[in-house]
Amino acid sequence: MGKIQLQSVTKAFGGVKVIPDLDLDIENGEFVVFVGPSGCGKSTLLRLIAGLEDTTSGTISIDGKDATHLPPAQRRLAMVFQSYALYPHMSVRKNIAFPLKMAGRNKQEIDKRVDNAAKILNLADYIDRRPGQLSGGQRQRVAIGRAIVREPAAFLFDEPLSNLDAALRVGMRLEISELHQRLKTTMIYVTHDQVEAMTMADKIVVLRAGNIEQVGSPLELYTKPRNTFVAGFIGSPKMNLMGGSDAKSHNADMIGVRPEHIDLSQSEGQWKGEVKVSEHLGSDTFLHVQTSDHSEPLTVRAGGEFPVHAGDTVYMTPQQDKIHRFDGKGLALR
Amino acid sequence: MATQNTTKVARAMMAPSVIALLIWMIVPLAMTLYYSTLGYSLYNPISTPFVGLDNYTYFLTDPTFIAALTNTLVLVVGVLIITVGGGILIALLLDQDVYGVNVVRLLVIAPFFVMPTVAALVWKNMMMNPVYGVIGQAMSGLGLAPIDWMTDVPLTSIIIIVAWQWLPFATLILLTSLQSLSADQKEAAEMDGAGALSIFWYITLPHMSRAITVVVLIQTIFLLSIFAEILVTTNGGPGSQSTNITYLVYQQAISFGDIGAASAGGIVAVILANIVAIFLIKAIGKNLDA
Repeated sequence: MGKIQLQSVTKAFGGVKVIPDLDLDIENGEFVVFVGPSGCGKSTLLRLIAGLEDTTSGTISIDGKDATHLPPAQRRLAMVFQSYALYPHMSVRKNIAFPLKMAGRNKQEIDKRVDNAAKILNLADYIDRRPGQLSGGQRQRVAIGRAIVREPAAFLFDEPLSNLDAALRVGMRLEISELHQRLKTTMIYVTHDQVEAMTMADKIVVLRAGNIEQVGSPLELYTKPRNTFVAGFIGSPKMNLMGGSDAKSHNADMIGVRPEHIDLSQSEGQWKGEVKVSEHLGSDTFLHVQTSDHSEPLTVRAGGEFPVHAGDTVYMTPQQDKIHRFDGKGLALR
Repeated sequence: MATQNTTKVARAMMAPSVIALLIWMIVPLAMTLYYSTLGYSLYNPISTPFVGLDNYTYFLTDPTFIAALTNTLVLVVGVLIITVGGGILIALLLDQDVYGVNVVRLLVIAPFFVMPTVAALVWKNMMMNPVYGVIGQAMSGLGLAPIDWMTDVPLTSIIIIVAWQWLPFATLILLTSLQSLSADQKEAAEMDGAGALSIFWYITLPHMSRAITVVVLIQTIFLLSIFAEILVTTNGGPGSQSTNITYLVYQQAISFGDIGAASAGGIVAVILANIVAIFLIKAIGKNLDA
């Protein structure tokens, strides 16, 4: 169980409106990712759902019941913090057992559920250590363990991977996805990393300045971004946006082409440009090409190795059916 | 990086201060030890015969010694309980984010700046005097018989005065500790279903354990040697009801003119302080480990 509904929720700190007016439905069992640049209100939104902040107006309901004014503990939600927020003076076992102890469960049940959580998360080997003696990834798992023993209606993750190094982040990303497959519990995950959003989410909510720019599955956002902000935010490297004559020829104020949807050639093509930087990754080659037609350099991806270097001349042709068209307000034209 | 060369230089450079410090500490200690073996009376300072351990026997078998020892410990423990308990409560209050909290913090710290003799005199004459004192007036106003603090409950009075002076210190240390507790931890505990009392007991108090240990250790050192407050209020009396070891040593030396016994008392006080220190480190020292 874990259906969460936000209805015309607003939040202001003093006179500053962080979240102007927001509606959102989160279905039971969904993995929802809130993504957006720093300061877009995604963490605030998560804290509103958690009950750590009061809404200025609007209602939040969990499983159909109004939870707007419920204290955090009674919302049956569990949260994993960016800093993990483990209790440093307690062992791993006591950390994980804490919510159960607070709920007044008996000793056998606590032990059983802690052992079970430790098994799921491979924590058994260091169950008696303190958080200070654990690595970042292990702490992260303890924080998740503390969340799952409560069997909450939904999990809330507040940028849980941003304190980990790159390799560990990829590993934990997989673990959290697997955990979701196994538990089938609603998860709400906040990140500024669009790769995390794309790889983990069932549904992505793109936020900017407290407004929802678009809600949809990862591929929906990738193939049909609703506006230039979403188009630029989702996808890596960023979509190339261009106005001027290129846009006019497609009856739009602005067009966008993703780096992977531009065909490269060393002999002929629609745009001619000079390679500024070439990034050879082996599996892909990313080129930053300055043309005479565009003020910004274009980013182009070639699959595999493409043998050019800085200073070389290349020709580029956008794939016509993969061009995104936008109007003067930045909204997509369909 | 410490090479052999730099280590040598460092030792040579440090030597003067180390030697100065050793002289500074060892000379008075050695002199006290020396005097404690002499029959040295200020009334007859010409003759100072060697008496062995007689001074120690005299000091330790003096019935006042046991009373003074008990008073010393009661004074230390009483003040510690009031300052740590009260310090935690006031620190919790001052940790709130309210308008004017900075001014309140300053006011709370103020008693620490008042020198002990002044504080004790103010308490004795303006607060605890049964006729003119604020407390006496208030009790009379309520129709109660005023307490003659310095006569009826001399040790309690001194505990109150000393606790008043040390409460700001404890509050300040505990407040800084409280402010270093991350909000995330409290929020996590809140989400885990802990109420305000549980958060205090399971999260806040363990977080403060190190600061509490520091407060207890530092205060104990100073509280073992409380003197001025006793001198200006009760003079150790009535009888020996408010005499502690420090005051007893003073009495031996100045009132009775017995330098030998006073020196022996001084050495006993040093040994006592070490026993207390060892006991404290054993009991709560582990809190200082990271």
